[in-house]
Amino acid sequence: MNAQLPSIRRRLVVQLALVAALLSVAFFLTVRGVAGNATEQTQDSILAASAASIADAVYSDDGAVRVELPYSALSMLGTVSEDRVFYRVIVDGETLTGYDDLPVPSGRAGPRAPLFDTYTYRGDSLRSVVISRALSGASRPRRVEVVVAQTRLGLEVISARITGTATAIAVAFFLVATALSALAARNALQPLNRLAETMARRGPKDLRPVTDETPEELAPLVAGLNSFMQRLGAALTRSEDLIVEAAHRVRTPLATVRTQAEVMHLQVEKPANRSALRQMIRAVDESSRSAGQLLDHAMVTLRSDQLETEETDPGELLHDVVGRLGPTAELKDITIRLELPPEQTRVMGDPILLQNAVRNILDNAIKYSAAETDITVRLEPGNPCRLVFCDQGRGFAAADITRLPDRFSRGSNVSDVVGSGLGLTIVADVARAHGGSLEIADNPEGAGACVTLVLPSC
Amino acid sequence: MRYLLVEDNADLAAALTGRFALAGHVVDHADCLNDAELATRTTDYDLILLDIMLPDGDGRSFLKRHRAADNPTPVIVLTARSEVSDRVGLLDLGADDYITKPFDYTELEARVRAVLRRLGGAAANTREFAGLSFDSTTGMISAAGSSEQLRNRETRLLEVFFAAPGQVFSKSHLMDRLFSFSDEVSENAIEVYVGRLRRKLASSEATIETVRGLGYRMVRRE
Repeated sequence: MNAQLPSIRRRLVVQLALVAALLSVAFFLTVRGVAGNATEQTQDSILAASAASIADAVYSDDGAVRVELPYSALSMLGTVSEDRVFYRVIVDGETLTGYDDLPVPSGRAGPRAPLFDTYTYRGDSLRSVVISRALSGASRPRRVEVVVAQTRLGLEVISARITGTATAIAVAFFLVATALSALAARNALQPLNRLAETMARRGPKDLRPVTDETPEELAPLVAGLNSFMQRLGAALTRSEDLIVEAAHRVRTPLATVRTQAEVMHLQVEKPANRSALRQMIRAVDESSRSAGQLLDHAMVTLRSDQLETEETDPGELLHDVVGRLGPTAELKDITIRLELPPEQTRVMGDPILLQNAVRNILDNAIKYSAAETDITVRLEPGNPCRLVFCDQGRGFAAADITRLPDRFSRGSNVSDVVGSGLGLTIVADVARAHGGSLEIADNPEGAGACVTLVLPSC
Repeated sequence: MRYLLVEDNADLAAALTGRFALAGHVVDHADCLNDAELATRTTDYDLILLDIMLPDGDGRSFLKRHRAADNPTPVIVLTARSEVSDRVGLLDLGADDYITKPFDYTELEARVRAVLRRLGGAAANTREFAGLSFDSTTGMISAAGSSEQLRNRETRLLEVFFAAPGQVFSKSHLMDRLFSFSDEVSENAIEVYVGRLRRKLASSEATIETVRGLGYRMVRRE
């Protein structure tokens, strides 16, 4: 298994959610700032209007400065909840009326130009304004300053409400944006998932190009995949062709050599010549058999690598192979007894490979059996499924049993019989490819051996 | 029996024709598909031996046409190709059997016998000698109203004698006919089979006679 990177979808969703979170926070801060400013400005203008109307109500009466507070000046401030209002009228630095310790916002207030400040007074945070005017009409010009201040409770309530609303909107935005990004990520990755599914559904031998519609970004990947599969397909076809062709090329001249030797063998009388020709023919048989089995082995390896299973009846398969090898057995007057269960059986496997394995086992049994003996072929259905081949031949030497399935390994007691040492290797390979095994044992019913092809179930 | 051999390898064809002639069969040889088509149109054969790779085409196309025309003559394919890939295809195309080159003549003979026996209906291959009738396809002998089944090697041995009654066959000749080259047997093995054959022929006029120093021959009992 390769090291796995985190899923693209998860990464996409996390990144989009991070962006959504940043946007939400920015939105929240902006709304709170703008709304806070707006309410403050509202309060400021009311305070300034109130201060202006008080300043207007200051008049000079025979050198004495008097003020009559207009009701509206304070009532316009009263609109906001439970806020308290403070005022102070100062004439030439002396408090005329109001709270004489109410601080004057610092800085020079221009004529009619209000000056604002925020400070703490008697434990409350106040927003205050000062307006100054010159009072004429008296003996000398007098300087009047009007300070109006208001607690900020109302402002805080409004600000809290705005903060709450902004928070709710920001959270809602974040949630909706995250959900949408998850959806978008899924949608965006759908072609990729579809491609992965298509590939996963394919059989091991399906090397057709991918023709599904794919987005631009996947096009190079799909093109690469298609060209790879095409090359793989071509290579596999070449291998199979090569195996078939090689068999033909090797066997045709061998057939000619063998035929010539055989014809000559019929014509010569001298025992020494006959024996030489006989050896020659046996050598030809040995090489043709080796070539055949090497190629069979190559083909079996090729097919095992990409095992394509289908339902096969092992009984029918045994019946076919026994029928096929019947004439060969008959030449030595060997009787093959086929014992099949009455019910039909099914096994999942590659019929060509299984047939090859069964043929190799039976071919071996015939080859190593003496004339006029019996070979028993038995199908024992169940889990596991056992295809048992017992002969009355020379059996296996105990020391050989474990190494016989190795390539080119032959029994120590068979040097007089033509063989390649690949037969049982092919059988073992086929068994392994099907999740089964090859068992070699002495025949429990006397002389000879039993070879069993064990498959998972049938 | 009359066989058609479709094979472009002249040596192989000559050898096979010779071997079949020894067993008393007539073999017509065609070295391309064209000749084979002509031959099958003009002559009824008991069996066709068909090579796959021929100079003017693929033997499989001949096989396909042969089956499409409902021609009942059995076909045994001679192939030099890999067993794994071709086996299924050949039988599916309607071949009755196939044999992979290079092959032992006795093996081919056994396959021919098996195919002919399986089809049963093929012209009876019964011959008679001295009141003994012998079917070399099934290995049945009958004489004086009783019949007996011979084993395979006994059948093949008797077939040799039936091809030329009265002729002496050497031990080595009989060995060649009875055993394949992969069998390692001594010449004494022949004596065992001749002995058995004598016992099975006991109820008829025919018997196998030993010609000292030369071999054996089949003669009418004196």
